[in-house]
This record gives sequence, C-alpha cells and structure tokens, in this order.
Amino acid sequence: MRRIEITLNGRKHSHEVEDRTLLIHYIREHARLTGSHIGCDTSNCGACTVLLDGEAVKSCTVLAAQADGQSVTTIEGLSGPFDGLSNVQEGFRQEHGLQCGYCTPGMLMACTALLNENPNPSDGEIRHALEGNICRCTGYEMIVNSVRWAAENAGGPK
Amino acid sequence: MSLVGAKVLRKEDPRLLTGRAQFVDDFKPTNVAFAQFVVSEHAHANILSIDTREAMKMPGVLGIWTSHDFVDYPDLPGGLPDLERPPLATGRVRWAGEPVAVVVAEDRYAAADAVAAVRVEYEVLPAVTTISEAVAPDAPLLFPHHGSNAVVTVPMVDDLERVMESCDMRATLHLVNQRCAVVPIEPMGCLADWTMEGLTVWATFQAPHHLRNKLAAWLNVPHTQCRVIAPAVGGGFGAKIVWSPELFVTPLLSKWTGRPVKFMQSRTEAMLQMTHGRDQEHDLEVGFDKNGKIKALRFVVTQNLGAYPDPTGLGLPVLTNWMAAGCYKVPKVQTAFRSVVTNTTPVAAYRGAGRPEATYSIERLVDLVADRTGLDPVEVRMRNFIQPNEFPYETHNEAVIYDSGNFPEALRECVRLLDYDAVKAQQAANRNDPTKPLIGIGFSTWIEIAGFGPNGSLEGFGHLASWESAQVRIHPDGSCTLFIGSSPHGQGTETVVSQIAADELGISFDRINVVHGDTATVIQGIGTMGSRSVPMVGSATKVASQRLLVRAKKIAAHLLEAAEEDLEVANDAFSVKGSPGKKVGWSDVALASFQPLRLPPELQAGTLEERLFQESPNFSYPSGAYGCVVEIDRRTGKVKVAKMVLVDDCGTVINPLLAEGQVHGGAAQGIAQALYEEMKYDPDTGQPITSNLVDYLIPSAPDLPGFVPGRINTPCPNNPLGAKGIGESGAIGAPPSVVNAIVDALSHLGVEHLDMPVLPEKIWAAMNSHNTNGAGR
Repeated sequence: MRRIEITLNGRKHSHEVEDRTLLIHYIREHARLTGSHIGCDTSNCGACTVLLDGEAVKSCTVLAAQADGQSVTTIEGLSGPFDGLSNVQEGFRQEHGLQCGYCTPGMLMACTALLNENPNPSDGEIRHALEGNICRCTGYEMIVNSVRWAAENAGGPK
Repeated sequence: MSLVGAKVLRKEDPRLLTGRAQFVDDFKPTNVAFAQFVVSEHAHANILSIDTREAMKMPGVLGIWTSHDFVDYPDLPGGLPDLERPPLATGRVRWAGEPVAVVVAEDRYAAADAVAAVRVEYEVLPAVTTISEAVAPDAPLLFPHHGSNAVVTVPMVDDLERVMESCDMRATLHLVNQRCAVVPIEPMGCLADWTMEGLTVWATFQAPHHLRNKLAAWLNVPHTQCRVIAPAVGGGFGAKIVWSPELFVTPLLSKWTGRPVKFMQSRTEAMLQMTHGRDQEHDLEVGFDKNGKIKALRFVVTQNLGAYPDPTGLGLPVLTNWMAAGCYKVPKVQTAFRSVVTNTTPVAAYRGAGRPEATYSIERLVDLVADRTGLDPVEVRMRNFIQPNEFPYETHNEAVIYDSGNFPEALRECVRLLDYDAVKAQQAANRNDPTKPLIGIGFSTWIEIAGFGPNGSLEGFGHLASWESAQVRIHPDGSCTLFIGSSPHGQGTETVVSQIAADELGISFDRINVVHGDTATVIQGIGTMGSRSVPMVGSATKVASQRLLVRAKKIAAHLLEAAEEDLEVANDAFSVKGSPGKKVGWSDVALASFQPLRLPPELQAGTLEERLFQESPNFSYPSGAYGCVVEIDRRTGKVKVAKMVLVDDCGTVINPLLAEGQVHGGAAQGIAQALYEEMKYDPDTGQPITSNLVDYLIPSAPDLPGFVPGRINTPCPNNPLGAKGIGESGAIGAPPSVVNAIVDALSHLGVEHLDMPVLPEKIWAAMNSHNTNGAGR
C-alpha cells in the first residue's frame, strides 16, 4: 500500500492504494468518478482515456502510483460555454456522435486532446487521432462530424 | 410543426456526455462484494476435481462455489431438452472459457487472486470446433447420451432436382458465414442485492422484464420480490438478450453471502463467455435461364450452435431459411437446415441474427448468375425483383409475407448515387494500368424481417409474448411521462417516442420524459431486439396517446364550454378552431383531470393515463440497395472501401439523424464482418486464438469509410406509424456488397468467390495463383 496525491479535475485527492492499482480503478473505485469506463484489458478500446497532465492516456495502462503528484482530467472535469458543455461535448450532441454512450467519455477526452494540439484537423487527421478509441455503435462518421463541429465552434455559441 | 420526421437532438445525450449516466459497474452499494468465475482452460474435458482450499485461505475471500452448490436449481431456461446448460459446468466442460466455479471476495483484485489459486484437475477429451469436425463419423460427442452432435435437423421436402435439370444453367456455392464476436464496448455484468424485501438485480441487458420473468421462475420467488433494472446499457447487439449463467448465479451469491454482489466481465471473459454470432455454412444451388431469370433455389444451412443450444441460437437458421430468396421472385425454393454443437462459445443473436446470413448467400448467388450469364449484376437484379405492385407478397415460407417495398426504385437510386457508369469506366481504365489499384463494384439489394412481432413470434424464443407496451401518464402540471416496455441501449428510443407523443398530444417535447428498464415502474415489457422498437413501442405510444387525448379533449371542452370536435391541440394548449383566443392550457386540463369537481360527469379523477399492449398482424420488412466500391492494392491485397452507398427503405422515418446513425453503425459491423472479424479456434486444441481486442480486429475510425446515405419510403401497412425498423439493416445489407465488390475487382482473374473475412492475404493468394497481368507480379 502507498499513499498517493492526485489532482483530479482541479481538486487534490489523497488515498491509500495498493501498488498494483490501475489508474482507472483508482479513478472509479477510490475517487468514485465513474464517468470513465473500462471496455477491454489490452489497451485497445480507449474507453478509459483521461488527460494526464494534459495528455490523453489510457488509464488502464497507468498505475495510480505513476500518477502520484500529477493532475488528471476526466469526463467529469470537462465543461464549457454550451449550457455547461464544452465544444467537444456539444459537437457530439449536435452531430449524433454517440449512441450507447459507453465509449463516449474516452472518445471525448481523446478528441479534446486532439483539438488542444491541432485546433483545425482534417477528416483524415481526426480518424487517425481516434485510432485508439473503439466505438461499436456509430461507424465513426458522425464522430468525425462531431469533432469538426467542435473545431468550428471552439469559440463558444455563435 | 410535426416532430415526427424531424432531426431532433437526443434526450439521452446530456447524461451520457457528462459521465453522469449510470452503467451497472458504476453502482457501488455499501458493503458490495465482487464475484469472479473460474473458467475452463480446456475446450473439452471431464472435471476430475476442484480444489479450493488454497484459494479459500486468501485474504478477502468470502466464499467459493461449484456445481455441487446448485443441485437444487434447474438448468438454465430454454434450449433443448436434455441438452440444457447448467449454471456451472457439471462433470464436463464443453468449451474453453465455460465457468466451473465462482469466487466472491471483498474486491475485484482479491477475487482475481483467488480465482488464480483454485486448482481444477481435468481429463482432457478430444474437441470439435467446426461443423465438419462435429459431423465427422468418428467425432467426439459433446452429449454422448444424445448420440450425435447434430441436435436439430429439418430436412428438405423436395430436393428440386427435376426443376434444376430443366434450367438452362445451374451453379453451386458453398459459403461460410464466419463466427463473429459481438463486442458491445460494455461487457456483460450484473449487480444483485437480495435483502429481506426481495431481490434487485441491475443487469446490462436488452430485455429486463424477460430476465425478471425467467429469473423469478428459476429462483422460485414471486415477481413482487424480483426486480430487474437495466440502467444505462453500453451496447447489446443481440448478446444481451441471452441467459448467461452469471445473471442467475450472482443473485444466489448475494443471498448466500448476505451482501450485494457484483460481477463484471473483463473483455477477455466477454470474448469467451458472451455468446457469439453467425457461424453458419451454406450449401447453395441456383437454377436459371440464359436471360438471368432465376428459376430455382436450393438453400441448405448448417448452424454451429457452440457448446449448448441457446434459445435464440436455435432460431437463427429458421430465420435464414425464411429469408433465403431475398427480394427476388423465385418460382421454386427449397430450404433445409441442421444445427450442430461444438466445443466453442454458444452462438446466439448478433445484429441481424439469421438474416445477414440469408442476404449474404442470395446476394452472392445473384452475382454468380450475372457472372455466368455475362449480364450486369444490376440487370440480373432488375429482372428478378418482386415488383412494387406485387405486395403483400407470399414467399416460399407461409410465415413470411412481405409487406411493401420498391426494390427497382431503391436500386436505381443506389446506382445513381454510386455514379455507376463512371466507376465502371474507371475500373476498366485501372485494370490496364498496373500502377493503379484494382477497382471493384458490388451491390446488395436486400430485404430483412423485423418488427418482431406478430403473436407467437417471440414466444418461440421463450418470451412472454410478442406485443410491446407503452403507458402514457399526464401529471397535474400537464407534463407527460412515457413508460415503455422496450428498453433501449443507444438506439435513442427515448427521443423517438417523445417525438411521437409530442405530435399526438400537443405537449412540448421538453415536457415529456421517458421511463424504461425497470420492472418495478414499467408495467410489462418485451425488449429491444429484432428492429422492433419503433414499429412496436412507437406504435404503442402513438395509439395510447391518441386514446388519452380523446378524454383530455372532453375535459378541455367541458372547461371551455365548447364541443370536443371543435378543439385542436398544439403548443401545450387546447383551442377552439377558428377562435384562437378561446383556449385552455394543457396544464389546466391536466389539473382538472385530478379534480372531480371540474370534470365532466362521465370521467373520473386520474383519467389521463393510458396503457396499451400493442400487437402487430405481421412482421415488417425493411429493405434497401447498397453499393460498394473497393480499391485493391495490387502488391499487398489490402482493400480500401472507396465508396459506400446505403439506400434504405424503413418506411416512415421518425428521426432521420437517428435512423442514419443506426444504418452507419450496422454498416460498420457489416463491413467489419466482410473484411476484418473472425472468431477463431486452434483446430487441434479447440483453444480460442482471438480472445481479446489485440487478436480480434474491431475496426477503428481509420479502418472504415464515410457513407453516402440514400432513402426511399414505402410505408409499412401493418402498424399505425408505417415504420419498419432500422436497427439491423446496415449489418444485413453491407457484407455482400463488400464481398461482391472484391470478387468483381478480381473477376478478370477468374476469381468467383472468397470467404469472409476477405483478408489481404486471401486476396494476395488469389491474385498470385491466378497468374495474370492483374496480379502485379
């Protein structure tokens, strides 16, 4: 067991965890933020994607102990000018970028990281950037449209 | 303004976009324990002993149970007599991954440690994983008392040989419709809490009432003490209408430990334990004349059921046989099937469930007829189509009467959107230029059976009935709650039924909410499957709303001192036609409905509530025409889907945005079956070799194309909405269009067929064994 301190969505959290505790289990079971999901056990699906010091990571492949002292942003930490939703969240709503919604939190975090890095990506760049996030419902085209909507409306409601 | 037909944004989205939706694994009651199953490491073996002593000593372990602990409980419901599945493997394991024991521990890490410490001693038996192995004369038997691995056989009445002999030409094809893993991104899971008041189960499931009914019977508790809740459900695609033993065992673990117990599959567990789909082989023969007119069709299906016959799995080849002739007028059709058990994960419904297999075969055959006659595949389809004036159309099977359609118009629209002549010209040009990829064009004009269903249709799969329920409740402030029996998991049904009710009742979309997925609040329900929600629960909502509105108008007329027939309702108010100032708000009508002193004498307080169990006289038959253009790299055999045209006819569209989403998702799964996915087993050991998402390729965004949507509309005559359903269309129509396109691209090399998934190596081998100038080297 060890004590770790992680800044989660802007607030400092301190917990005792087993050394082997995965970051996703820390987030879900210890910090009780259940918006980030688990969809595989091989780092393929991306449902657990969060931002670790601003960078998109699959939190099933990071130990909670490795995140000690760092800052983590989850789906619960996104917010913005569209009735409280960020441009990426609102883009998914406008363009029907989600169906069952299980992959969606990870997808939103990956898209947020993409737009932070490349505010105006091409469709090909969007598809490439989402290679590590699997959605079984949408066939991806509407997710691509959602990211484009978010890029075009990054400044807030028109 | 009508909301039906409008692109309304989803009610479901805000909670899903913010991480506030609650999936099963998100619930964490006080004192919850975690269950994990010990699973068989062999495909086929006798269990000699299970040693739990070391595991029991491990920290945090609350208990370990094996089949001995379930002797008082029957096998799981459904299936075939004497071949039913026990809750835990009893004496023998029949596939690698079958649960043999279960551990409950304080948390999932402790449970995993204990599972690893349970020692099971096996006597390994020879295993069969394929149909041909299972029916070989000396095959090892899964159920020796049955005497054969073939557990169901429905033979052909007439083998059509005389008709075939009279045809100008005949062609045969053996097609493999490979086994696919369903892979909803949320695996199977449940949380059970058995208290003094009874049992509550949160399950990721497509049909919560169905589960409640079966679970209560199995546990021998009254329905009043067995509540099932399907909270947010992360995809289902058919696999979440299946009895997995976890759903039955976990409640007992809660009872025995006196604590809430949660079970959540890992992905690897889901790949082994969640039912698979497809896995049929077809022996086909078609007789036709030199003008491409099909005269006779012989259609023989063999279904690999996996280790135990699942009630849904048993129905798959029936549906395949029903839809064998597709949208063609074939004078003579004969079908047959047999189903075999093998040492593999059980097979059940996967998006389309029996119909993609039928469509794939008939659409490959039609292309074969085109190839043999030298006619264009579009022309052969046009010459054989059932015509728009021939509906209702009685098929070769008396259960199947097509409701409506316009196949020629759908194909013409598909050809137009594909820009067929231009692509054909490009194809010819590319063939002569070795620096360019090979181009292929494939069509699929398909019809499927949906809207389950007419009375009797779902009872055969073990359901209570085939109707669907809707209940409309007006609150005292004039807002409205819809309780629907069909519990969605991504389809957007909350939005769709709200659109329908808003139109009928004149209540704002935002003042309507939807309750589903809880047996304690929804009176009864069947479930979301078989593309039934819009035709069934949508229709139920429409009719129940209309009935309720009759009484609401009586109240409004009483309050306004006007005649009922003079009233119209819109924008949350009733007004007198022609006198727009004379109006009463829905809120006042609703309030009056609870106040006897303000009601007309014939009505009682609480009258603004209506429930309906909507029946249907027939199935619905969505159809469409899909066109695919592929580009094949001559050096590697890699396929790129360059264009995918999806012309659908689902009758009335309630929400075009959501309908398109359904088609995209289905087409993605269809393309994935054609190009990427196959659940494989080692032929010697029966071990699964695609048991995680590293080895099993689920496409991600770069692997799939954009889609070109198209639409025609022939309303369904059998329900008040005219809607046919759209959930499975893409998965049914897409695979043959992709394979037809690949075969077309290689046709100048003499290639007549390649089995799915058409991986680059299969194409490369085909190009290089047919050593011609198209093959690169």
